[in-house]
Amino acid sequence: MRFIKKTHYIQDIQLFKHQGQIFWYGALCITLLLSPLVLPDFYLGELSMVFIYAIAGIGLMLLTGYTGLVSLGHAAFLAIGAYTHAYLLAQGWPFPVSIICATLLSSLVGAIIGIPALRMTGIYLAVATLAFAIIVEQVLSHWESVTGGFRGMAVELPSIGSFALDDSVTFYFLCLFVLAGCLLLALNLLRTSTGRAMTAIRDSEISAQSMGIHLAYTKTLAFGISAGFTGLAGSLLAHKIGYLAPDSFTLLTSIQLLLMVVVGGLGSLHGVIYGALFIGLLPQGLALLRDTLPPALAQIPGLEPGIFGLILVLVLIYEPQGIYGRWLKIRNYFEEFPLYRKATHKRQRSYLRTERLK
Amino acid sequence: MSLLAATNLSLSFGGVHAVEDVSFSVNKGEVFSIIGPNGAGKTTLFNLISRIYDASNGSIRFNEQDISQVPTHRIAELGIARTFQNTELFEQETVLRNLLIGQHVHRRTNLLQEFLFLPSARQQELRFREDVEDVIDLLDLQHYRHQVIANLPYGVRKMVEVARALCLKPMLLLLDEPSSGLNPEETEDLSFQIEDINQELGTTILMVEHDMNLVSRTSTRVMALADGKLIAVGSPVDIQQHPEVLKAYLGE
Amino acid sequence: MEVLQLLISGISQGCVYGLIALGFVLIYKATEMVNFAQGDLMMLGAFFAYSYVNIFELPFYLAFPATILTMAMVGALTERLLLRPMIGEPHFSVLMLTIGLGFILRAVAGAIWGNEPRALSTPYAGGVIDLNGLIIGDENLVIILGTAALCLLLYFFFRFTRLGLAMQAASQNQLAAFYVGIPVKRVYSMVWAISASISAVAGILVAPVSLIDPLMGFVGIKAFAAAIVGGFGSLPGAIIGGLIIGIVEQFAGLYLPTGFSDVSAYVILLVMLLIRPQGIFASMQQKKV
Repeated sequence: MRFIKKTHYIQDIQLFKHQGQIFWYGALCITLLLSPLVLPDFYLGELSMVFIYAIAGIGLMLLTGYTGLVSLGHAAFLAIGAYTHAYLLAQGWPFPVSIICATLLSSLVGAIIGIPALRMTGIYLAVATLAFAIIVEQVLSHWESVTGGFRGMAVELPSIGSFALDDSVTFYFLCLFVLAGCLLLALNLLRTSTGRAMTAIRDSEISAQSMGIHLAYTKTLAFGISAGFTGLAGSLLAHKIGYLAPDSFTLLTSIQLLLMVVVGGLGSLHGVIYGALFIGLLPQGLALLRDTLPPALAQIPGLEPGIFGLILVLVLIYEPQGIYGRWLKIRNYFEEFPLYRKATHKRQRSYLRTERLK
Repeated sequence: MSLLAATNLSLSFGGVHAVEDVSFSVNKGEVFSIIGPNGAGKTTLFNLISRIYDASNGSIRFNEQDISQVPTHRIAELGIARTFQNTELFEQETVLRNLLIGQHVHRRTNLLQEFLFLPSARQQELRFREDVEDVIDLLDLQHYRHQVIANLPYGVRKMVEVARALCLKPMLLLLDEPSSGLNPEETEDLSFQIEDINQELGTTILMVEHDMNLVSRTSTRVMALADGKLIAVGSPVDIQQHPEVLKAYLGE
Repeated sequence: MEVLQLLISGISQGCVYGLIALGFVLIYKATEMVNFAQGDLMMLGAFFAYSYVNIFELPFYLAFPATILTMAMVGALTERLLLRPMIGEPHFSVLMLTIGLGFILRAVAGAIWGNEPRALSTPYAGGVIDLNGLIIGDENLVIILGTAALCLLLYFFFRFTRLGLAMQAASQNQLAAFYVGIPVKRVYSMVWAISASISAVAGILVAPVSLIDPLMGFVGIKAFAAAIVGGFGSLPGAIIGGLIIGIVEQFAGLYLPTGFSDVSAYVILLVMLLIRPQGIFASMQQKKV
């Protein structure tokens, strides 16, 4: 068991709490930086996808896990980021400028959505975001002059000046560094006033107001920031999939993002990473599994979403804190070994707290 | 000197006159208690002062300023902090983070500084952390710093609620039934803490209370409400003997 | 005349939305759970009906109640296995669970019946009624009349039984409901059974008009919009909301460019959420601190 002796307040504020964390995260960094030396291109591509999902997940986690605003339509921001970036590239804009503009536009749309969202709570907000996403999907399908409608839109290869970023290794590093940057920004946000204001709104709006937190401003900000991160992910996604069509950003995509956040562990950035690994690598796992299944089972159309659904249901019933929650319990077991008591994490019987008297 | 002055304050819910034509003023440095039987309108009055409700009539002046139309979240900036009858803490956060949220009004950084964690943000965080520690010392919450609220016993939660309000460094502290649910020892501790807050920090305290011992021990003045109307204001001794007050509590 | 024609189509489609919305609202009123898989329950109902009629070759008047019964059991079983462990969990978790349930139901349907669209043979298929030039397909007539009949049935059921009262109690203060002896878990099972049956009826009614396939449940999202427009705690509101959306969709298809009729449901929803979030028949209140 680790006891941290604190001698300065900065220890409560800094990102790494003790030597052990620095060691393990450092090892992780080195592994990630060196993987292109050992992994074939295909797996680098898969990891890049995981990184992109993670960036989108940071956005959604900030909104849903930290501010408590459920969004069933986050794929819309992926789409806005992707299409904007692709469009600007096609107009000849340089890559860094285009990606930043796509992110900012996505943020702006998010903030604009946030304004009417102020008047809605809980399930109403979720449905409103759903409606919004469906409308965006329709707009993108029919705005032929800009998006190419149902025919789709090709995406140029990424490059900074004359330095091409389009081969697996450079794209992998691009995604990795963007992810690292986004994680840092999110962590900074969460350890300062704005991040705390967001969690305050999640836990008790009336109380937050009494503490001087401007609800409207903070919620709009949360939407804007969340949309920005997801839009950024969308821009990178555009390069990854190479050809944009409206059916890359459907309701199912939004639900996959939510799935990532919930299965990973709601309320922590670790959850984002675990969730991204989950939805990024599960299709591969399923493909491998398919070879071993009897043909009757393996051929089911909708098997993949079905398995997703099953895992989601099992996670919600048996481990609501997600993968990260389970990891914390496992780590707790080893830390307290052999004095670990199973009752530490026993869930109390809880009863419905009505939300209609809110 | 009058810190808070309410004039002809009224609020009705449908046909129910929750607060009817109440006028009173609280002087700087006082401990002012509001008592009254259930349904007298005490918590409604609090909600009016902290601008959670809009009054249908009347006005409120705080620190020479009319605050009758001020939006809810501005009240904290003006220097009024409150606790809630059924604690409204941030259940999924630790005590420390709850208190740090109380520091929100003192925030001087903007979003960009926070995103990049520039030195200004770093300094501010350290300052907040230090200030929060002072409040923890005042109310003896050291043991509970890193505990999640959901795991804490009731008495401690009430303390954290008060501590969080103190982190705002308010001029006026509104305490809504601070002793409800506390046993006699805890209530006695509470009375000392109220004295400390009033005398060491110089905070004016406006308190809704049912426990007459606590009220007598700590209050400078007491106001009695019944059925939404003010029936008496005076020192604790006077109020306890006031005929109207006795009538309201005990009947004819 | 064309206006009347569109109106009939709109009412008919609106009835389907309304029935699914009714299922949503029923579950929400009793348990405060939002069931995103409601449309998929309709889909299952339609498939079971198909199996009973086209595969087991039962006559329609037997297949209909058989489907209802089967789906009632499916509803109760779903509640018992998946939703009961979630009592007391945050609303968002339950929402996500029902989303997952929807995925599972679609996969199961795909596994059992395959992905090709099926057609349900009904005794009233194909016929039309001609009222002075106004053509009403028999299927549409059955939908409208069937919905009306079902609503009447439900009204009497909730007005004159203790279940309705038990439902409300269980959702407003669940712990207290336990204390006063309401068998909360059994109430939940019954509510889910009834809700699934209603969706099954919707599935049977709509099957002759649109073909049956595993993805037909997506109409549930529009039904969701209907429930919100009508007011999420209100049973008549669900039907009214469905009718509004059904009718507006038809007219949008006529008067507005293509693509607009698809989104009209969501536009109505957003407008409603902006101007009157509680819906037409409101039922949310303000918490007093």
